[in-house]
Amino acid sequence: MKTQTHLSLSLAATPLFLLMAMPAHAAGVSAGSLIENTATATYDDGSGPPKTVDSNTVVVAVDELLDVTVTSLDTGPIATQPGEEVLTFEITNTGNGPEAYTLTTNPAVAGNDFDTTVDNIAVDTNGNGTYDPGVDTILTGPATTPVLAEDENITVFVITTVPADVADTDESDVELTAEAVTGTGPAGTTFTGDGVNGVDAITGLTEADGSAIGSLIAGVTTVDLVKAASVADPFGGTSAVPGSVVTFTLTATVTGSGSIADLVIDDAIPTDTSYVPGTLTLDGGALTDASGDDAGEASAADISVDVGTVASGSSHAVTFDVTID
Amino acid sequence: MTNIMKSMITALAIFGLALPAAAQEQPISLVGDVMLEKVETNETGDSKTTLVEPGVIVPGDRLIFGTDYANSGSEAVENFVVTNPLPKPVRLASDADPELTVSVDGGKNWGTLGALTVTSEAGEARAAAHADVTHVRWTLAVVKPGEKGRVEYPAIIR
Repeated sequence: MKTQTHLSLSLAATPLFLLMAMPAHAAGVSAGSLIENTATATYDDGSGPPKTVDSNTVVVAVDELLDVTVTSLDTGPIATQPGEEVLTFEITNTGNGPEAYTLTTNPAVAGNDFDTTVDNIAVDTNGNGTYDPGVDTILTGPATTPVLAEDENITVFVITTVPADVADTDESDVELTAEAVTGTGPAGTTFTGDGVNGVDAITGLTEADGSAIGSLIAGVTTVDLVKAASVADPFGGTSAVPGSVVTFTLTATVTGSGSIADLVIDDAIPTDTSYVPGTLTLDGGALTDASGDDAGEASAADISVDVGTVASGSSHAVTFDVTID
Repeated sequence: MTNIMKSMITALAIFGLALPAAAQEQPISLVGDVMLEKVETNETGDSKTTLVEPGVIVPGDRLIFGTDYANSGSEAVENFVVTNPLPKPVRLASDADPELTVSVDGGKNWGTLGALTVTSEAGEARAAAHADVTHVRWTLAVVKPGEKGRVEYPAIIR
């Protein structure tokens, strides 16, 4: 802050400042705005018309308030699987002057079931709210946002890798912190002359340091496939002899969270056996051997059944018969 | 006469003419100042308000704008009116004297805040608020020779 006292005569030199508009912002008057106060007196001294006299003009400049908020734009924990996962945050300059922010991440928040690896922080350059590799600018160390005007916000993406050994329903938090480049500290910490146009900068109630947490929850779905065989020999027994019919049952059981898509169960016809045409079934229902007319197809070499999307907790059984040669 | 002497005489003539004219027109002087109101709360929760030079000021801070007036002439002046337009970045504090004469339309109409209304572009009138105040003014019937005083108003940085 600078205090200056102009004589009213020198006001002619200040119209430049007066032209600086002061739009109302949530954060208040823009940093660097000048507050100029002049009083004027009029009076009669008993001779002639009323006289006028101005006071000196008192000028003070509004200092720069450093504030920031960070919020997670994810509506809740993101269902994730091993591999890349993107968390979305919004950073808002709630101060009253232009400011850039240094971003840091903490993928090892206390209480995490697993920790991710943070690969990159990117700015939503094209403003569509979705991470577009190659389009959205990756911030390189130290990751620093562009200068944000007062009340301006940007969307940033934290690109993480979920480890391969994550277990179903495990949760993980990733924290993003934004700190004003000018400085941070308890409310009222002052950085002399570091504000816009050389005014002082002072931390506000956010301490110029904001953070938010984005959450991940692992939805790992597993498929167990069990193959069983039952043998019926030509003599009413269960011996595996030439001519015996072997019924194979392939049971696929899906466990975990969510569902899996495009589950295809296939199997080769064992050597020295022959597929018995027309014996392919899915969950007890007969399937044709031809391809394209239903979920299954069978040939002398193999069988294949496209079960499609399977919800967790359900299982499907495929059966087919072969004869031992 | 040399050219140097000529110009000295010219300078003296201008100086001599200007000085009494200025003194004659300024029996009244106005000196403005601004102070920052700081509230400090100690460990026991008692708060103390002090006025300090405006060091660091940010939106929400409370400023006291003051003007000292004095009649240094030999004659009393009458109908003494001090008018103070509010700087745009501030609004009148809500605990300002309710009897203060204010304007909410750039100095056209005057009254106590409670007596004024603001008309929207759609033509709807509403009671004027502190943030609407554009000017404050004080009126004294007479300021006697040698009399001095001070007027002030509290404002909040928008």
